[in-house]
Amino acid sequence: MAYFLVFLPLIASFVVGFFGRSLGDKLSQIITCVCVVISAFLSIYIFSDVALHSKIYNYKILSWISSGNLVINWSIYIDTLTSVMLVVVTSVSALVHIYSIGYMSHDPDKPRFMSYLSLFTFMMLMLVTADNFLQLFFGWEGVGLASYLLIGFWYKKKSANAAAIKAFVVNRVGDFGLAIGIFLIFKYLGDINFIDVFKNISTIKEKNIIIFGLEAPLINFICVFLFIGAMGKSAQIFLHTWLPDAMEGPTPVSALIHAATMVTAGVFLVVRCSPIFEYSQFALNMIVIVGATTAFFAATVGLVQNDIKRVIAYSTCSQLGYMFFAVGLGAYHIAIFHLFTHAFFKALLFLGAGSVIHAFHEEQDMRHMGGVWKKIPYTYSLMIIGTLALTGFPMLAGFFSKDAIIEAAYGSQNIFAGYAVTIGVVTAFMTSLYSWRLIFLTFHGNFNNKHTDISKVHDSPLVMIIPLILLSFGAIFSGYLFKEYFIGIHYVQFWNNSIFFVKEFVLHHPPLWFILLTPVLVISAIPLAYLFFVKDKKYLDQFISVNQPLYNFLVNKWYFDELYDFLFVRPAKKIGQFFWKTGDGMIIDGFGPDGLTKIVKMVSDKAVQFQTGFLYHYAFVILIGLSLLLTYFMIF
Amino acid sequence: MNLPILTIIIFLPLIGVLFILLTKGDEKKVNQICFNVSLLTSFLVFILSLLLWSNFDPNSAEFQFIEEQPWIGNIIKYKVGVDGISILFVVLTSLIIPLCIIATSNSVKFRQKDFLIALLLMQTMMLGVFCSLDIFIFYLFFEAGLIPMFLIIGIWGGIRRVYSAFKFFLYTLFGSVFMLIAIIFIYLKAGTTDIQELLKFDIDAKYQYWLWLGFFTSFAVKTPMWPVHTWLPDAHVEAPTSGSVILAAILLKMAGYGFIRFSLGFFPVASYYFAPLIFTLSIIGIIYTSLVALMQKDMKKLIAYSSVAHMGFVTIGIFAFNSQGIEGSIFQMISHGIVSAALFLSVGVIYDRMHTREIADYGGVVNTMPKYSIFFMVFILASLGLPGTSGFIGEFLVLIGVFKVNYLVSLLAATGVVLSACYSLWLYRRVVFGEMTNDNVRSLKDINKFEVMTLLPLLILTIVLGIFPNIILDTISTSVENVVTIYNSKISLLNQTNIK
Repeated sequence: MAYFLVFLPLIASFVVGFFGRSLGDKLSQIITCVCVVISAFLSIYIFSDVALHSKIYNYKILSWISSGNLVINWSIYIDTLTSVMLVVVTSVSALVHIYSIGYMSHDPDKPRFMSYLSLFTFMMLMLVTADNFLQLFFGWEGVGLASYLLIGFWYKKKSANAAAIKAFVVNRVGDFGLAIGIFLIFKYLGDINFIDVFKNISTIKEKNIIIFGLEAPLINFICVFLFIGAMGKSAQIFLHTWLPDAMEGPTPVSALIHAATMVTAGVFLVVRCSPIFEYSQFALNMIVIVGATTAFFAATVGLVQNDIKRVIAYSTCSQLGYMFFAVGLGAYHIAIFHLFTHAFFKALLFLGAGSVIHAFHEEQDMRHMGGVWKKIPYTYSLMIIGTLALTGFPMLAGFFSKDAIIEAAYGSQNIFAGYAVTIGVVTAFMTSLYSWRLIFLTFHGNFNNKHTDISKVHDSPLVMIIPLILLSFGAIFSGYLFKEYFIGIHYVQFWNNSIFFVKEFVLHHPPLWFILLTPVLVISAIPLAYLFFVKDKKYLDQFISVNQPLYNFLVNKWYFDELYDFLFVRPAKKIGQFFWKTGDGMIIDGFGPDGLTKIVKMVSDKAVQFQTGFLYHYAFVILIGLSLLLTYFMIF
Repeated sequence: MNLPILTIIIFLPLIGVLFILLTKGDEKKVNQICFNVSLLTSFLVFILSLLLWSNFDPNSAEFQFIEEQPWIGNIIKYKVGVDGISILFVVLTSLIIPLCIIATSNSVKFRQKDFLIALLLMQTMMLGVFCSLDIFIFYLFFEAGLIPMFLIIGIWGGIRRVYSAFKFFLYTLFGSVFMLIAIIFIYLKAGTTDIQELLKFDIDAKYQYWLWLGFFTSFAVKTPMWPVHTWLPDAHVEAPTSGSVILAAILLKMAGYGFIRFSLGFFPVASYYFAPLIFTLSIIGIIYTSLVALMQKDMKKLIAYSSVAHMGFVTIGIFAFNSQGIEGSIFQMISHGIVSAALFLSVGVIYDRMHTREIADYGGVVNTMPKYSIFFMVFILASLGLPGTSGFIGEFLVLIGVFKVNYLVSLLAATGVVLSACYSLWLYRRVVFGEMTNDNVRSLKDINKFEVMTLLPLLILTIVLGIFPNIILDTISTSVENVVTIYNSKISLLNQTNIK
């Protein structure tokens, strides 16, 4: 059954990818959707079997690489952590597949699109069901590939191509870190199977090594490198620049890959490796700082973006930051809980945004929207649900998971807990602010679009609305329903050793004022947003004109792109040019073969000049030679 | 089996050449017959090489299928045989040549007959290199292979063909002279040219350094290693498609093979001593050529520079002296043989249609050639080492093997993996994606049957080897293990004497 679960999407992808043209659009869509929906049902069944009955599935499919003491298998390994990911991946994927039928209805390349989506799903499943680091790496780069293909799906758009390459390359930088982490593990443990590595990890916890003249515990190096990989995939600060650009892809892609599944792979990796990370306080601290900073950074940028998808992209970035600092504080299960709920409401928001974009005929700029909430009531109300869930409105999904993270930070002993908790609360407020800004700009106020007439704005077809409704159930209930399992008092049983805690994580109950603080801030942001973005734009303009430099700083996304362009892209091109023209052309060839032939030619030209053909020249030379010879004999 | 199968494999192409020489008559007809004959012979060789592989015992580290004949006096024997390290290069060579022959039907427009003769001659020489068990025979094949290649570039090449051909010839000949001197010296010291015996023979450590350098000069040029790589881009750019394919897929591998067989086998002490040199040059090569590749405007030059970077992985892997490193190197060579061949063939496909290699002349090719775009995409992905393709396995094993020995080298080499993603994807985007700006692109026709015949086997191999690399690893592991054990015993012996 697990085989079917994993390989059905691959089969669908292959069949549709190769025979899509002859199968036709309809059949291609049906094949991929059916396969992925079956996968989704299977994963729900497996979830109930594995997570609720504390089982572990472990199958070896085939031997992959065996070289010396390095032996790696293709395998399927499902424990509670994996089964949670399976549910998230396949259910969101299935809904996105169905939604795409409607969203891509005007696109000529439907089979190709569906094939890529299924391929992505397969790669993601390979990633989460791996029982060793290398298969995880296979899935890791595989989802990167699918992401590359899907971002660049509209290959005629120059910006889409650029974004696709950027996503792949930035991820490669992260993958580089992950690979080094794997190398370190293999070098010192001689194995890269999860079970063996986790079992033996305590044997090297005292070991110090020196890298770059820096002596530090080996385990810190391992964790930091693994985390660099996670930062790339999960778009954490410094390696986040690809995520907003990735919005060039079709919206269903953003929902599936860049919100619900692929970007959470980094969180999954760190949680999967919790037996390693638990021994490295240094790495955990680093994760707290990076996560909290990302949460804050992305929220500030999200406040001022005008592209509806980019706002949600930065919001994703920010929420991933929450997950990471939860991980860093040792609250792995809460991080996964947030990952779980986030998948539903963020996919809902993205698909809702897609529906809005659809309604406005491919308009993404929120300044050119507005005033349509009555025209598209389904989309509107579903977006409201998504927003409420994201901002952590009481009793919706985000409330249980996000507030749990903030409370965990409050009770934590970690030295950076104060930093995390402050940012957690402030960011929750900002999240609410930018989310409601999005709602108000998009749906309220005046209709600002010049290209479409308001009468032409219509709600999306049923095939797009139904997935949204199903996701909205997730956004409403997933927090309340699964709270007890994921982070309740019996969480240790539920996770069944798939997450490792050195010492049991105890959630301290903070005082009442603190529990109330976040919801109050979140709710108070609603009227504030209304005031700024609907009621009177004057306040906003005033605020911007007073803080112009800050505003520019935020609009330009803290100048990261410019900085990287200056630091890496341009120097690389310059150096490449220099090596090519000067290094290869002038130095190596100049002194090597070209120089040599030049010298040979010069010498032979000179030599040729001796043969003038005049008899008296030769006679003269003979005379000189003779006299020299005679002199020589006379003296010696 | 008493059949002299290796000799048949090596010299069967020559019989094809004989046939071709004997056909006379109407030019068109002759060309057709010659094409069929050469395709048939090369295909037969391929079948035989598969037969050889299936009869090969992967659990033995010994040379197998050995044949021995006295040749020149008592000194030089004709002796051939294969072990786990060389057999796959035999298979690779006999796989690539038929594809090259098929590719000539599109790319070679005049003197087809002579071209086919050159190709088949090349095949004999290259097979000879990998099978020789006598260093003189090895040297003969190694050098004689230069001549057909020189002609292929010089006659059928592009505008600057003569310059490139001479550059190629001078560079490689320069390297070989030192190897010849080293070989003669070995013979004088050891009294034999038999490789099997020489592998057991301990050459005095004080000579090893110089001899190693002699072989190194030749292999470094052929690999090619930085800074003696500049002949390769020029040779590739000017060579016709089939020439580039042979050059990248097989000719470069002779050096990698030589490093494992001779440098490591004959001169372990010197190899140990010079490993840092190899590491340094390879690392510079990987980063330097990757950056240069980034800036190329000519497709073939870009792939040529990327070849240099990929071969850098091969050399660092070999000098890691452990099983992952060396197995990774061999795998990387096989994989690069397949992938670079496929890339040059892919470039050939659009070159034959548009007659330009400038990247800027393309763009939007996917609109008119969707099938071709899929093929090209897979090969580009394999070239940048995506897991699931053959390109990944080699790089991964090399890096993990080197990491055990020297983390810094591995770390620096791994930056090449990031850079390869940059230049490969950028190339693909500029050629295949985007709007059609050139009118000629609008009238392109998708790949034809011949082209599919050449590209499809390579595509399948790329993916199959990425998912089941053990097909190759199982064959080579015993022999590599043997090389590593012998090497380690010799080095530990050396360390012991040093301590005393």
